Amino acid sequence: MDCVSEVLSGEATHQPRWFGSLGAPQALQERLAERAQDVPAVKAETDVAIETRDLHVYYGKNHALKGINITFYKNEITALIGPSGCGKSTYLRSLNRMNDTIPTAKTTGHILLNGEDLNRPDIDVWALRKRVGMVFQRPNPFNKSIYENIAFAPRFHGIKKKSTLDDVVEEALRRAALWDEVKDRLHESAFALSGGQQQRLCIARALAIEPDVLLLDEPAAALDPISTAKIEELLLDLKKRYTVIIVTHNMQQAARISDRTAFFYEGELIEYNPTHKLFTNPDKQATEDYVSGRFG
Amino acid sequence: MNAKIADRIATAVFVLIALLLVFILVGLVGYLMWRGLPHISWHFLTSPPAFSEAGGGIGPQLFNSIYVLFLTMLLTVPIGVGGGIFLAEYAGDGWLTRFLRSAIEVLSSLPSIVVGLFGLLVFVQYTGWGYTILGGALALMLFNLPLMVRTSEEAIRSVPRDQKEASLALGVSHWRTITSVLLPSALPGIVTGAILTAGRAFGEAAALMFTAGMSSSRVDFTDWNPFSPLSPLNPMRSGETLAVNIWKVSSEGLVPDAREIAAGASALLVIVVLVFNLLARFLSRWLYKKMTASSS
Repeated sequence: MDCVSEVLSGEATHQPRWFGSLGAPQALQERLAERAQDVPAVKAETDVAIETRDLHVYYGKNHALKGINITFYKNEITALIGPSGCGKSTYLRSLNRMNDTIPTAKTTGHILLNGEDLNRPDIDVWALRKRVGMVFQRPNPFNKSIYENIAFAPRFHGIKKKSTLDDVVEEALRRAALWDEVKDRLHESAFALSGGQQQRLCIARALAIEPDVLLLDEPAAALDPISTAKIEELLLDLKKRYTVIIVTHNMQQAARISDRTAFFYEGELIEYNPTHKLFTNPDKQATEDYVSGRFG
Repeated sequence: MNAKIADRIATAVFVLIALLLVFILVGLVGYLMWRGLPHISWHFLTSPPAFSEAGGGIGPQLFNSIYVLFLTMLLTVPIGVGGGIFLAEYAGDGWLTRFLRSAIEVLSSLPSIVVGLFGLLVFVQYTGWGYTILGGALALMLFNLPLMVRTSEEAIRSVPRDQKEASLALGVSHWRTITSVLLPSALPGIVTGAILTAGRAFGEAAALMFTAGMSSSRVDFTDWNPFSPLSPLNPMRSGETLAVNIWKVSSEGLVPDAREIAAGASALLVIVVLVFNLLARFLSRWLYKKMTASSS
């Protein structure tokens, strides 16, 4: 955050400072309050999408995540926030076992998806990643055509028929609100798209394998404000179908779109609460300090 | 001396070096062409060499060169790319990998005459084949494998990591990720490696003198059955290549026009290598386009 100078100048106010930079703080506060009723602190067991119990991640000797317990609910957007290096991305990557691709990483604890522990060594990670899709910080479309970007994974997972693939591609692009922009050039290179379009293509690509949970690692960090707004709008739409978990550096973004927010600091989960509570009346002093821009 | 002058002097020196390089190249190729081109004719390209009178050609040698090169690439490319994939994607950081790497380094620094003598021991004497085109191709494979492995590894490693992650996160297996995401992106680099390899193989003499032999067996260019003893495609016959022929006629040639033949053959060698380079470049670009934006 760019609040360092304000902190140094010692101007302390109770109003979270990032409200001021938003332009319409009133609207945001209203929105937070409005959603307060929709998000109870705890939901029924049947609404649980994915949860972790006592999840630890080590990179060599570095203890990156220290016993994280979070329960994510279906059809909600959960934001993971915290300063750089706090472990939020590591946590996100552990949910679909992407940390397995780092040789020194070791994960202990339980990740439960519909009651099944995804962290068992004998689990089929390929099948698991089909159920837990992921979108990365920098748009990373394949060096292929728009069509191939989306058809690639479904084809690998067994859809061979051309007409079925065509439908899958169209449906995924429609859900990612990209269809109208690209339907006439499906066979052109994905690299010809703008950054925002590329990111929506990456979301479409993840949706094409029909996941239950969608993980997004700062999906708008590399995009301009208009593209960011489009992605946020898209995520609000996607939560009707999917469980969305998003890492973000941008606290306005977390406040704007998420139902629940988890605040990470130095590898620990400091606070996990409905977003309106975490941003307006947090349980922990550290959370308040962070969301009001006093550090981070 | 101030920075500006130093900068100018340095720039001038570098420009001079660059000009010198271009001058050497142009001078060399120009001289070869000036000496050799007048001797190249259809007759020269297609007739067999003469024993003692002037007017012999290099037909069989030209064919042998291309055939040896073809067999060499047939052996080198799959094994080399396989080795590159292994080193880039599967080999860990253990002692075995380190040992393998230094073995490759040593192999690549062996003088080609040593590889030729090794080939003489193994592919000529131990196997009892005598001088054969296949033996020559195997020796050249040994000589070229390190380069092919290294360039393939480099090419695969240079594909951005996020491409690989995107594929793995979609539940696509590691192997399929390699073949469908990494290799297409690495293809231009791999083809460049293959070009370098082919150029070296085409111009190589020392490794072939004792393996493919210094005489061209009698061939019948109307018989294309690879198993018939007179067929030019028979890999078990001896086959003097163009580069070996250049060395032979200019050192011990009995024909009165030995110098002219050597000059013509040298010019031809250079032309063929140039054509190869251009062709391979074109092919690489075409393949790249086809594999990255296919309309399947």
